Amino acid sequence: MNSLSDFMLVSAMLFGIGIYGLVTKRNALRLLFAVEILINAANLNFVAFGQYLPFEGNAQSMLPNAFGQTFVLFSIALAAAEAAVILAIVIVAYRLHRDVDVSELKSLEG
Amino acid sequence: MVLTVGSAIVALEAKEIIYGAIGLAGSLFGVAALFFLLEAPYVAVFQIAVYIGAVAVLILFTVMLVREEKWSKEVPATSFTKLAGALTGLAITIALAFAAYSTNLGSYTTISNSATFVNIGQLISTGDAPILLVLALVLATSVVGALTLSRADREEPSR
Repeated sequence: MNSLSDFMLVSAMLFGIGIYGLVTKRNALRLLFAVEILINAANLNFVAFGQYLPFEGNAQSMLPNAFGQTFVLFSIALAAAEAAVILAIVIVAYRLHRDVDVSELKSLEG
Repeated sequence: MVLTVGSAIVALEAKEIIYGAIGLAGSLFGVAALFFLLEAPYVAVFQIAVYIGAVAVLILFTVMLVREEKWSKEVPATSFTKLAGALTGLAITIALAFAAYSTNLGSYTTISNSATFVNIGQLISTGDAPILLVLALVLATSVVGALTLSRADREEPSR
């Protein structure tokens, strides 16, 4: 549980679980869960690579490499915004259709 | 790690969707623990604050607000869909794990960058400041949009 590959393995497992959820589930909230799991898998990879790989930039600025962590901070904030919007859409869809099954929401279907 | 992956499975497979929400919170907490292991405590605390503190609570409130019997009797996926989904997820996991282990990335066993929140703050406030501003705008817009979505319907006559 110490090398970069181990974190990548956990991330790959989370990604597989998220894809499984996206394929099989029909409930809009379950789809939101699956997307959150996918985002977390990506975040985990970002931080793991940022922490393990050496910084190959200009050696004059001897700052540690904080790009991975910074990017993940932005990503977490974006995921929070996305979750808020999706939950609002779910509530509206539930009010209109009394259902959150995405295969039943066909009013946008051409 | 077991907490993270197991809770992720619980989040998708629990019968009651509210247990699924709690499972998702557990999974996000496991990811935060992995961030601690990676010596990124600032990101880990941020993850706990935003995900457990905001997103999980938001999901729980949504589930409770609009919960009826209909939520629990979810249409079960057909066994073919389930099999296809499981195969797809398994194939992607195996492919990614194979890609991870076939490189020499396993030789990186020590954490070489221990960037503290000071470095993160410097990076955010200097080079990435435009990103921060755009992100703030996106957040504000999405919150206003979410409020509008859930409010516009209420003003319509009762159906």
